[in-house]
Amino acid sequence: MKPIRRRFPWAFLAKRVAYGALAMLVIAIINFFLLKLAPGDAAEALAGQAGTADPAYIAQLRAQFGLDQPLLSQLWAFLVRLATLDLGYSYVFNERVSVLIFSRMPATLMLMGAAIVIAVIGGIVFGVTAARYANRWPDRVISFVALLLYGTPPYWIGLMMILIFAVTLGWTPTSGMENVLAFNTGWDRVVDIAHHLILPALAQSIFYLAIYIRLVRAGMLEVLSLDFIRVARAKGISERRLSYRHALRNAVLPLVTVVGTNVGNFLGGAVLTETVFSWPGVGRLMFDAMFQRDLNLLLSILVLSSFFVIVANLVVDLLYAIINPTVELK
Amino acid sequence: MTKTPTSPTFAMSRRALLLATGAGLAASVLPFGPLKAQQSGTLAMCVTPEPNAMCAAFNTASPVTVVSGKMLEGLLNYDFNVSPTPALATAWEVAEDGLSITFTLREGVMWHDGQPFTSADVQYTIMEILKQHHPRGRSTLASVTAVETPDEHTAILRLSQPAPALMYALAGWESPMLPKHVYEGTDVLQNPANNAPVGTGPFVFQTWERGSHIIMTANPNYWGEGEPKLERLVIRIITDPSARAAALDAGELHLAGDGPIPVNQVQRFMDSPDFQVDTRGTEMNNSLDMIHTNLRNEHLAKLEVRQALMHAMNREAMLGVVYYGLAEMLTGPIPETLPNFYTADVPSYDYDPARANELLDAAGYARGADGMRFSLRLIAPTVGDTYERMGQFLKQNFRDVGVDLELISADIPTFIRSVFGEYDYDLTLYPGSVTADPTIGSQRFWWSKAASQGTPFVNSTGYESAEMDQILEDASVEPDPEARRALFVRFQQLAMTDLPILPVARPIYVTIAAANVENFVPGPDGIRAPYGSLAFTG
Repeated sequence: MKPIRRRFPWAFLAKRVAYGALAMLVIAIINFFLLKLAPGDAAEALAGQAGTADPAYIAQLRAQFGLDQPLLSQLWAFLVRLATLDLGYSYVFNERVSVLIFSRMPATLMLMGAAIVIAVIGGIVFGVTAARYANRWPDRVISFVALLLYGTPPYWIGLMMILIFAVTLGWTPTSGMENVLAFNTGWDRVVDIAHHLILPALAQSIFYLAIYIRLVRAGMLEVLSLDFIRVARAKGISERRLSYRHALRNAVLPLVTVVGTNVGNFLGGAVLTETVFSWPGVGRLMFDAMFQRDLNLLLSILVLSSFFVIVANLVVDLLYAIINPTVELK
Repeated sequence: MTKTPTSPTFAMSRRALLLATGAGLAASVLPFGPLKAQQSGTLAMCVTPEPNAMCAAFNTASPVTVVSGKMLEGLLNYDFNVSPTPALATAWEVAEDGLSITFTLREGVMWHDGQPFTSADVQYTIMEILKQHHPRGRSTLASVTAVETPDEHTAILRLSQPAPALMYALAGWESPMLPKHVYEGTDVLQNPANNAPVGTGPFVFQTWERGSHIIMTANPNYWGEGEPKLERLVIRIITDPSARAAALDAGELHLAGDGPIPVNQVQRFMDSPDFQVDTRGTEMNNSLDMIHTNLRNEHLAKLEVRQALMHAMNREAMLGVVYYGLAEMLTGPIPETLPNFYTADVPSYDYDPARANELLDAAGYARGADGMRFSLRLIAPTVGDTYERMGQFLKQNFRDVGVDLELISADIPTFIRSVFGEYDYDLTLYPGSVTADPTIGSQRFWWSKAASQGTPFVNSTGYESAEMDQILEDASVEPDPEARRALFVRFQQLAMTDLPILPVARPIYVTIAAANVENFVPGPDGIRAPYGSLAFTG
């Protein structure tokens, strides 16, 4: 039988890019109006932080921020800035918006990447194990722990992990991304950052780990009952190879779908994890921007985040075809 | 109430203990060592939340003043009595008519870039920066009409009227002196030096990793004898109060101020030999928790109702339950920490629910079927958890006298918009600083002309009293200290008679340091001090 040669799905890609651009535009506009609904503006927030302020100072701030312009021209100015990829200057943070975001993006992507890897690998290993020993004690233990992790607030887990592993046991640092007192360079710095990454990545992955375990277990149970597995088993293939090679490939598709849609949640969850662990990422920047009503910065982050989510979903769709060649991209 | 450590070597012993265990072995393999840092004279402190800029001339948010005060200096410093001491000015003289102040400037002072500091910098900073762009510079420096510079080391402030409060607003973290040669002819608001200051202070700016830390190094040309004592100062940004407590515990942080950890953990640090807890360092700020009423509300417009609310509050219990003992309860709008102005001789309102009930009955409010007379909304900003506990506490106190309290918690911009923008509140509770002089800090809440819809932290109550206005206006220009004190005594008495604002407490924001740190609260400005003398002992 001749293998089906597949052409690269250009039409599919073009369609998805167009949809993605449209989605980002809609997200930008909806978010603009949503954020404008929040009471108070950046001038008030800044004046509030200062403790006191006179009316002339506030008027001066409003003019600086462009808040004295009509709403629609503020929206238009923002969209033009987006289209020209010039995100402007944040008077609240005294820095160019692009510098603010891109200097903190790597920290968040590192944390998110590590958390996703932990959740996916852990989800597969524990999920497959639970399915192989369905309704026996390994399955019961794994399922119980997964349920427990699912029900525990991530920030509480984070704080408990700090108390146990950092304060009591001294295995890891309590917070931050590196030991700022050590002035490490080169390889030492990489090791130091990895050391700091352990707790926040674990804390952020735990909730998703619990979901993925359940998902993989359910998928595996379904596939393991199919005929082709019985045939494979009859041919004398080992149980381990059967699980990971034959069954998992079919059972993992729902997991890939869910991971794709979870990318946005991971970005959202970064706010909590980054706050608890003082991780210098975009999540906290977003939080600060919200509380200081720096809408331009906040909108820029939101649009960029939506860009990441859209790209992640596109990648997931392309992955389907690779994992399961019978999937057709239209 | 400073606690002295008993065992300064504890950090060592705990490490030794850890090493004996497998856990300690793992920890020692990886690079993570406060001990190494101490030997090289690097101290880690923390600031919260993250500052938005490094220069307090344009933004006086609390964390900005903390970092700015290390690099930029003002004309004066202050001692614990809140009396001026020399900084960039070595001597000063207020003219008899109060219409000019002559500052003699320190000689041989260099900016961090090597240029000399002169009177031209003072003139430029006050007239072009602070009077134009400082959040409260327009009001504190309102009466300054000119700064004359007869020579390089003399600056004379010319005033349109006496301004006795001005002498309390010249600290480095409040009114920093900026280098004219760096700012002149630039867009001062976007000047790169706002994020990388060029100052005269004991520490020189190095880096600011946003979201993580700020590093400053010792200024080798600093004018202070033998200062600074540290080689490096690292300011870490740790956002969560519990995480800050953990970082202190783990030895990753040597110093944290402004009430850095949850109040229910403070006692543990006070009892620990590893730490020192200092309750001083807020005498310059004097942030007060007061309940501001809205006199536009028909119930609150009646004096009996406001008196009844004062009688309904069990402030003794509040001190323990709400503040965990970390507060001084107020008798009026000026705290005891300002002895030059404070008086205890004011109308007082003891905890007396029976009296409160009588007053409310007399005001014509009978209890309804549910036992309530009327209901009020209390809005407070979400800063820390003190106000949440306070709200719950007041709800119970007020329920006892038949007033139903609805609690509203809002983030700061929402709170500001509701209270100061729309006057849409009944009662509000927030911290307001008296600072070191009531003209700067208190007048705005009581003076009818300070009310300005949309401006945060001014008179929002709608209180208007010709007598009060006159007292405050006279006090703001009275050059004679005794006469001025007498005016402020009358201010406190009238305030406690009219009660547009119900004073509650002066919370104490502690500073916590490792046992081997000294001079971490060198003056009334606490962690805002320049920290030239901050050091590790031994």
